[in-house]
Amino acid sequence: MRSISTFLFTFAAILSLVVSSCVSEAQPDNLKLPILGNRDITANGDTIYHTIPDFSFIDQDSNVITNKTLEGKIYVSDFFFIHCPSICPKVKAQMMKIYDKFQDNDNLVILSHSIDTKNDTIPALKAYANKLEIKTEKWHLVTGEKDLIFSIADEYFVTALVNDDAPGGFDHSGRIILVDENRHVRAFAEGTDPKSVDHFLKDIEQLLNEDK
Amino acid sequence: MKINSLLFLFVVILFFTCDYKPYSQGQVLYDFHCSNCHMADGSGLKQLIPPLAKADYLKENQKELPCLIKNGVKGPMTVNGVVFDTEMAGIKTLNDIQINNIINYINHSWGNDFGDSNVKDVKNALEHCNEAK
Ligand code: HEC
Repeated sequence: MRSISTFLFTFAAILSLVVSSCVSEAQPDNLKLPILGNRDITANGDTIYHTIPDFSFIDQDSNVITNKTLEGKIYVSDFFFIHCPSICPKVKAQMMKIYDKFQDNDNLVILSHSIDTKNDTIPALKAYANKLEIKTEKWHLVTGEKDLIFSIADEYFVTALVNDDAPGGFDHSGRIILVDENRHVRAFAEGTDPKSVDHFLKDIEQLLNEDK
Repeated sequence: MKINSLLFLFVVILFFTCDYKPYSQGQVLYDFHCSNCHMADGSGLKQLIPPLAKADYLKENQKELPCLIKNGVKGPMTVNGVVFDTEMAGIKTLNDIQINNIINYINHSWGNDFGDSNVKDVKNALEHCNEAK
């Protein structure tokens, strides 16, 4: 008798585990997305949130892209390099999903940083953009000063390191980052995981609605 | 003891009903070595990476596959009417048997029906990779 009930209990436990891991966590839609990262409180009690610092890069059409260029828009950011034999195409396919979905929404742009400043020249980025069939004004593939790109990766909470032993010479994470018009980081997705990106698509919509 | 074996059976049944697929080693190898670029569903990516699903190039170049997988390929190629020109690096660590399993997997997935490959042909092809076609 006892053994059967233990069995049933274990069975139920396993089943509930399976079920709960299948159902994605429900999210009340009236909640705002959190502002991520460290925060400081000033002497007069104001909260200072983590903010992406000023930047200046150059995109595939040689446009200078700065924080001013993106002012008033929310943007999706990631880090990649063209000759990346590992996760990049997979992440790009997910970025493509974001691009396709918000293609006609003028309040959102995409900013992809190349971490291979040596090989990913502007013409190389242009050729790559053509192969992806993307519009420059919607999706900027940027290059710039190497130190600035690697240091801004930290600000987006992304790992980017030179590592000669890693495939293609760089270690980096496939993280996709959502930034609001005040340059606060609001959400992440793992670009290698389509489910995480599906959730991220909802986060983007939520942020777009917040701003209305 | 009895409970454990029941549980074990349950897990085993679950595993097989959910996960039974032919060419399973080929699939594991494909997911590890190829799917990052060609995608798990063989769809490729725009004009950057050619599809394998229903790809005419794959169908028509069966003999070249072992060398293509092992040594990579570069230069323009047309797949299903689209021109691709991005280098694919070879995957040197794969052996004959693994390459054979991958070929059988991609030949029979995503609606492909491009025939069977065997280890002997793969081995033979790999011995003659750099000769003029
Ligand atoms: C780093 C990305 C990458 C990886 C990893 C990769 N490929 Fe490719 N593959 C390409 C690209 C790019 C081309 C097009 C080459 C060209 O334009 O000359 C290609 C071409 C092909 C082709 C011929 C074109 C077609 O679509 O039929 C086949 C077959 C192929 N790859 C199979 C594989 C297999 C099997 C694996 C895993 C063992 C693999 N590839 C791993 C990028 C990749």
